[in-house]
Amino acid sequence: MSRFQQNDADVVVVIGSGAGGGTMAHELTRRGLKVVMFEAGRRQTPASFSQNPGEAFGQLTWLEPRSQSGTWDPVKTSPTLPAWHCRTVGGTTVHWTAATPRLRRYEMRARTTYGDVPGTSLADWPIEYEELKRWYLVAEKRMCVTRRNGNPGMPASNNFKVMYTGARRLGYKRVHTNYLAINSRAQDGRGFCIQQGFCVQGCKTAAKWSTLYTEIPRAEATGKLDLRTECLVTRIEHDAAGKATGVVYRDAEGREQRQKARFICLAGNAIESARLLLLSESARFPHGLANSSDQVGRNYCHHLTGFVWGVFDQPVHSYRGATLAGVVEDENVHDPKRGFVGGYHLELCALDLPTLPLVGLRYGWGREFASVMDNYRNLAGMLVNGEDMPRPGNRITLSATIKDAHGLPAAHINCEEHENDIALRAHAQKQGQRIYEAAGAKRTILSATPPATHQMGTARMSRDPALGVTTPYGRTHDVPNLFISDGSVQTTAGAANPTLTIVSLVLRQADYIGREISAGRI
Amino acid sequence: MLPDAGTAVGRRQFVQGVTAVLTGVLGALNPLATLIPSRTWAVDLHALDPEQSAALLAMVHTIAPHDGLDDAAYALVVGAIDGDAVRSEETRSQLAAGLLGLGADFAKGSEALRVQRLQTVETSPFFQSVRIKTLMVLYGNPIAWAHFGYEGEAFSKGGYLLRGFNDLKWLPEVPPAAGGPMPV
Repeated sequence: MSRFQQNDADVVVVIGSGAGGGTMAHELTRRGLKVVMFEAGRRQTPASFSQNPGEAFGQLTWLEPRSQSGTWDPVKTSPTLPAWHCRTVGGTTVHWTAATPRLRRYEMRARTTYGDVPGTSLADWPIEYEELKRWYLVAEKRMCVTRRNGNPGMPASNNFKVMYTGARRLGYKRVHTNYLAINSRAQDGRGFCIQQGFCVQGCKTAAKWSTLYTEIPRAEATGKLDLRTECLVTRIEHDAAGKATGVVYRDAEGREQRQKARFICLAGNAIESARLLLLSESARFPHGLANSSDQVGRNYCHHLTGFVWGVFDQPVHSYRGATLAGVVEDENVHDPKRGFVGGYHLELCALDLPTLPLVGLRYGWGREFASVMDNYRNLAGMLVNGEDMPRPGNRITLSATIKDAHGLPAAHINCEEHENDIALRAHAQKQGQRIYEAAGAKRTILSATPPATHQMGTARMSRDPALGVTTPYGRTHDVPNLFISDGSVQTTAGAANPTLTIVSLVLRQADYIGREISAGRI
Repeated sequence: MLPDAGTAVGRRQFVQGVTAVLTGVLGALNPLATLIPSRTWAVDLHALDPEQSAALLAMVHTIAPHDGLDDAAYALVVGAIDGDAVRSEETRSQLAAGLLGLGADFAKGSEALRVQRLQTVETSPFFQSVRIKTLMVLYGNPIAWAHFGYEGEAFSKGGYLLRGFNDLKWLPEVPPAAGGPMPV
């Protein structure tokens, strides 16, 4: 393992090791740059992933406290865990379910397509769809996405058979086993999916793409990566000219340390990335680093989600098999006749028995609640994933009440649901119910909004420095050697699970960084 | 003998000694009964007294009533909450006050009576913490997994690829274009 000096101002600092950071570390090291990557969590391996769902949750999840407010469900249903993402090497790519849809052309032109929706900060992306698509093709190849590049689709599971039957009976056409960054055949030095159904606990066969065992070991093999685990970056520092000079961090023993940097790629997940920028306030940047626009932390998007469960007379055993191996794509269109703007996916989903009552069902107890659990064998499941409206007031701020283990203010999340959000989710869950009824369900059950697993928008891209935090390449307008390399840069959320877009934007950003270095502009 | 659900005996617990014991016999039809040396089980408690543990056991049953689910699974929840009470004075006093408030006849009362009593305290931290712990422990142990038909991890058995992930026969098969081939 490489070790670089803390006063080596020639290294690149990457903050976070997930989809964004892990991919960026690989891209930079293979171009010959020295990288120090910080990860707040520990390093696991496929062998060390716990196969007990409760233990695995503790092993992988970002459990630092947060406060929250607003009208969205997690304030009531999940007060201490508004968002469910990872704190471990590989970040959220360790527990993700690997759905990799692309954004659609209309979604990248949200303001133009949807018009003026009062109460939102909708904007068009400053990137053309064709430009992003070029990088989707590269990312899909790298991640071995099913149904792309000649990779076969996943075989149909029991849970998918139910979804498929109902969806086709309703007239849906684009129904298949989803685009997944999971090997449907052995390739890339990794085996094929053996349908364990334990995607969320970490894939023990490594059939599912994760930076933990793809990008990061490849970066390490270059001899150019210094990965510092259990190290939490608490501040980005800058010089009198406003250029970033390095980071302050707490090491595994809680001691304060510093690392100098040539430039910095911030990929801490849209909640923590925004928090770190806000924590890095200074005389020059009194409202947070790179925040002259006052857009840092605002426009937080998380996707509109909710489970739909169908109870059948006969067994489904929905927990067997790749968790998200199924999708109905037909509603991922803009059709205002439905009563809202934007669209959604209906994605296959199952939960293990212990997780179902904690995440997948509405608050309840007694006979009504127990009767759902009693039907666990015969339960088919899906999850809505819809576009939520960006709003200036839906934002990450520094908590006034809660501090982290180092005494620094935790992230506070405020989330007010827009009427469009409510209408879209209601439509989507109704369609999910209709699918199960068409397949013969004797009962359907809707969940509340579970903790957010997709975090976006808190440092949005915009050509105009007054309206966004970064340029179309994720370079901050205010600090020329500071890049944002995660879902924070998404101008709007679309309805696509964000990881493929994050990886694609990072591949494109790394290419840009390479060109800027060659041109002497970094 | 039973899976540990947070009832690990610490030094402090030895000092305090056993305050109550929940015991029972696993039903002969319980799949676990064939796997373990004895069907009798016991959960030692170190904070709750017998009256409190009976009331708590009844409360857990009322929160998650599953006919046929072995009492051993419910006893594990009581054991886990007892463990929390040993570790935290605040939890202990919250529990004591909460259980007392349910009334002396709670444990032996009808389900309708228990539901009605719990509804009156539903918004209290006492009820909410017992409810959450019930969900976490009751559905997180192998007795419940066997009862509800959840087969758990499959990696050690080669996944569900050849063990039923696609064995559903009561609906038509999915055409190949919408699915994909079995991997080789």
